[in-house]
Amino acid sequence: MNQTLINYVLHLADNTLILSQRNSEWCGHGPVLEQDIAITNISLDLIGQARSLYQYAATLQGGNVTEDTLAYLRDERAFKNCLLTELPNGDWGQTILRQFFFSTYQHLLYEKLLNSKDETLAAIAEKSLKEVTYHVRWSSEWVIRLGDGTEESHQRIAKALKELWSYTGEFFIPADYETATANEGTGVEIAALQQPWLNKIQDVLQEATLPMPEAKTYMHTGGKTGIHTENLGYILAEMQHLQRSYPGVEW
Amino acid sequence: MKIQQNYKLTTVSATANNNYLWDKLKKRAMSVQELEKIFQHKVDQEIKIEPKDWMPDAYRKTLVRQISQHAHSEIVGMLPEGNWISRAPSLKRKAILLAKVQDEAGHGLYLYSAVETLGTTRNQTIEDLHSGKAKYSSIFNYPTLTWADIGAIGWLVDGAAILNQVMLCRASYGPYARAMVRICKEESFHQRQGFEILLVLSKGSPEQRAMCQDAINRWWWPSLMMFGPKDGESTHSDQSMTWKIKRKSNDELRQQFVDMIVEQAKILNVTLPDPALKWNAERGHYDFGEIDWVEFWNVVKGNGPCNKQRLEARRKAWTEGAWVRDAAAAHAEKRKARQQDKAA
Ligand SMILES: [Fe+2]
Ligand SMILES: [Fe+2]
Repeated sequence: MNQTLINYVLHLADNTLILSQRNSEWCGHGPVLEQDIAITNISLDLIGQARSLYQYAATLQGGNVTEDTLAYLRDERAFKNCLLTELPNGDWGQTILRQFFFSTYQHLLYEKLLNSKDETLAAIAEKSLKEVTYHVRWSSEWVIRLGDGTEESHQRIAKALKELWSYTGEFFIPADYETATANEGTGVEIAALQQPWLNKIQDVLQEATLPMPEAKTYMHTGGKTGIHTENLGYILAEMQHLQRSYPGVEW
Repeated sequence: MKIQQNYKLTTVSATANNNYLWDKLKKRAMSVQELEKIFQHKVDQEIKIEPKDWMPDAYRKTLVRQISQHAHSEIVGMLPEGNWISRAPSLKRKAILLAKVQDEAGHGLYLYSAVETLGTTRNQTIEDLHSGKAKYSSIFNYPTLTWADIGAIGWLVDGAAILNQVMLCRASYGPYARAMVRICKEESFHQRQGFEILLVLSKGSPEQRAMCQDAINRWWWPSLMMFGPKDGESTHSDQSMTWKIKRKSNDELRQQFVDMIVEQAKILNVTLPDPALKWNAERGHYDFGEIDWVEFWNVVKGNGPCNKQRLEARRKAWTEGAWVRDAAAAHAEKRKARQQDKAA
């Protein structure tokens, strides 16, 4: 059993599940019907990716492990998602910006993962890349719309930028399992993605008439190794409630 | 709005304009009685009425009222089910529920568009909901208390909606009928996913079986109420039948629903909370007990367990989304202006 690879797959899966869970909070409460549908769609894409990844992690682990035991029966400290994905939705601007940061990162990551020596990961990346391409387009269009739109929308998205920026550095600081899998050729050398990521962010922020934040900002880390914000405990308490209350049954 | 104006500009060519005037003159020459006769003849011949056709004012009003009420039901209906998305007990169930609730948003969109073909904008229609002027289906004023409620809603509530909607696929107003055809394609998946949730619970642990039965006990009567007042007490029914907006009476549809559900309940191995429920060989239908009409009217009048919360949630989403909609509109304007500058 390759625990390093399992950790890496869980990290990728946790990112998508937790962000899907957050986005799904908008379902039925979006600012306009078309966008309610759009954000729910992204939530659906992400949970689809999470399922493929958890199913793969489950086969790697063997035994009685399933996609659901991985999602529903692990505790906060075992989750390996980046902190950004678990932050509260805030207003539409904050949700959009979080999506834009994440999808841009995920797009670069999956592009590299296409060449993974691990065929399953490469296949999941290939399948997901089409979706992520759309997520990047959709979210960047919204960042531009809000930045360029009205005085109020500009201020709101600028505030979101201030709040979220310090959670983006974590993407590019590899955890042990990322370094190890990158060396094996199954994972991706994540630090190398930072510059292309910054370039894309800068392009879009510029079009949105928003200032590029300081490069040397303090960055929060810890999510990848299970040191989370206080938000994750509540997310899991809610999400896992039925599986925990009625152990071992089918749903 | 902008799009419609452009559309008019480009389509009113010289000949179209002549035709339009000619039509107008012809219509003026015809008395309302004659127009109504032509209209009813079309309806009787099963020719669809289209947005540009002449139609009686009352027909238009009835359609706007009914279709917008239907649209609001789709949107408000997202709330009780949305309540369980974050707690869905497996990844598969979560994905299915998300897709289902998203479908309902799509249904709302189709229907708001159908209302727009009758000359009422989506914003106006939505404001009528928020002001309390427009209604939505009372069923969504009941709370979803356990996971089994999500199953019960799919099975019973979508099940009841389907019977109504299948009938409406043949409604005389073209855009409404066509919207219904699209919606019906998705609805059968909704009922199936609900039934499947309950089927798993019904074969599960004692707690799960109890959860399943309890949800059915709570949703059964409100589902029967979805078909509206009894025939004869329903204010709009007769006229709607003549106009072929409706083709079956409330009681006919309700009976059809009971007959269908009783059979499916056998597969689930659950009971329905009505001691009067019994096969009547003479009628070839199940007899069933009397609906609690006091409760029915109470919920219609706003005193249901969740009336306030549902409307509040919709108003909140709309108000808090205002700056987003404004920003999108402002950006679109600016973009257009920039493009025109470039072109000039
Ligand atoms: Fe629907
Ligand atoms: Fe439905």
